Amino acid sequence: MTGVLKTLWLVLLHSAHRRDTVQYPEQKPYLPPRWRGRIVLSRDPDGEERCVACYLCAAACPVDCIALQKTEDETGRWYPEFFRINFSRCIFCGMCEEACPTYAIQLTPDFEMCEHDRRDLVYEKEDLLISGPGKYPGYSFWRVAGKAIGGKDKGEAVGEAEPVDIRRLMP
Amino acid sequence: MSDALEKLVQILVIFGAVLTSAALLTWAERRLLGLWQDRYGPNRVGPFGLLQPVADVIKLMMKEDFVPPAADKPVYVMAPMLVMGTGLIAFAVIPFAPGVGIADLSIGLLFFLAITGLTVYGIVLGGWSSNSKYSLLGGLRGAAQMISYEVFLGLSLMGVVLLAGSFDLRTIVEAQRGLWFIVPQLPGFLLFLIAGVAELHRLPFDLPEAENELVAGYHTEYSSMKFGMFFVGEYVGMILTGAMATTLFLGGWLGPVLPPLLWFVLKTAVLVVFFVLLRAALPRPRYDQLMALGWKVLLPLALLNLVVTGGFVVAGASA
Repeated sequence: MTGVLKTLWLVLLHSAHRRDTVQYPEQKPYLPPRWRGRIVLSRDPDGEERCVACYLCAAACPVDCIALQKTEDETGRWYPEFFRINFSRCIFCGMCEEACPTYAIQLTPDFEMCEHDRRDLVYEKEDLLISGPGKYPGYSFWRVAGKAIGGKDKGEAVGEAEPVDIRRLMP
Repeated sequence: MSDALEKLVQILVIFGAVLTSAALLTWAERRLLGLWQDRYGPNRVGPFGLLQPVADVIKLMMKEDFVPPAADKPVYVMAPMLVMGTGLIAFAVIPFAPGVGIADLSIGLLFFLAITGLTVYGIVLGGWSSNSKYSLLGGLRGAAQMISYEVFLGLSLMGVVLLAGSFDLRTIVEAQRGLWFIVPQLPGFLLFLIAGVAELHRLPFDLPEAENELVAGYHTEYSSMKFGMFFVGEYVGMILTGAMATTLFLGGWLGPVLPPLLWFVLKTAVLVVFFVLLRAALPRPRYDQLMALGWKVLLPLALLNLVVTGGFVVAGASA
């Protein structure tokens, strides 16, 4: 019986407590920088696409919502011909970001992407590409990668040793 | 002629006021529950969410009015009407203020007990006619609950009748001019509150509904405005029980300074808020626990209260 009265009293005391609700559209909740929200494709510091169309993100994706096609430009640089994410399937698990070897695909603190039409949730490369480097400002894959592209030969990458001439016998 | 017209207007006004308060009560209850659970409740539609009941009614009206093929159709249709109808009919005898009230029966209290006793049939019949196991279990519990509270509901009020010497609600209110009956009849008041909440089928005694075990109990199969009518019935019943407790124990319209009607409304509102607080705070007992409590504790208490009150009345009369 006293338990009942105590419960009633304690609940009544809650009249004076602060409410926990975040009044969403007017009051935005704090989203931490690592929040896994809308997916973007970032660019390297030179303003070029980071994505090298390696398909690792598409392979890692547990719901198969990423589709892309690899192609090459005249300098030998790989890039996706198209890159498509179906956000009506995406579960924002972040596996693509984990898999990406070039920091190209990144998840951002943004979840406000409702559409009236399902088709509008399919994002093409133009919708995904952002103009900056995202979370990794200084990083450029092609600058440190061993692959030769136009304007950068073997051994010219940052921290890369000169290629060994395998036909020489001298140590 | 003008007398009859005046009565008719009064009936319409009271009818409208009760239904409007019932609608607003759905909003008030959700806001209060929000307050006590550290959240807001409906606050988007209109100022402070006041238009939420309107939105709810529109939504309910738009829903398909579905009758399950297996249901016993006439009874199925009748059950919600019975719940809402009896709740509204019982308001006929409530004396809101001097001159305000529909009927002044000399047996107003008995009328109230008889009519509210019928409410549970709506629940039992609704549960039975739906022809669904959850509904049936809900209706079954409704019946079990009825036989455990109905007895001491009546008995808890007999102390008041003894003190006032009348079943007429206006006489009972007038008899409280010196001292509200809540003081000499405190056990009766508490018993009536418990029985009243059980009668309303609201938490902690919402066994027939029991959302978390029986889907929605007796109204599982109901949709659209039939479902709505069960709820209007429930909220009308809340106001009714509050009004009745006010009339019998809290001195009805009596009170200083403020106009009588306002006193009545204020006291009723306090009780209704208390009912919401009960819902916010207390868990639901099993129905055998409720029956044990009703028969083994509350009924003897009601009888004891009656005997003691009777003794005092006899002693007072012979002295």
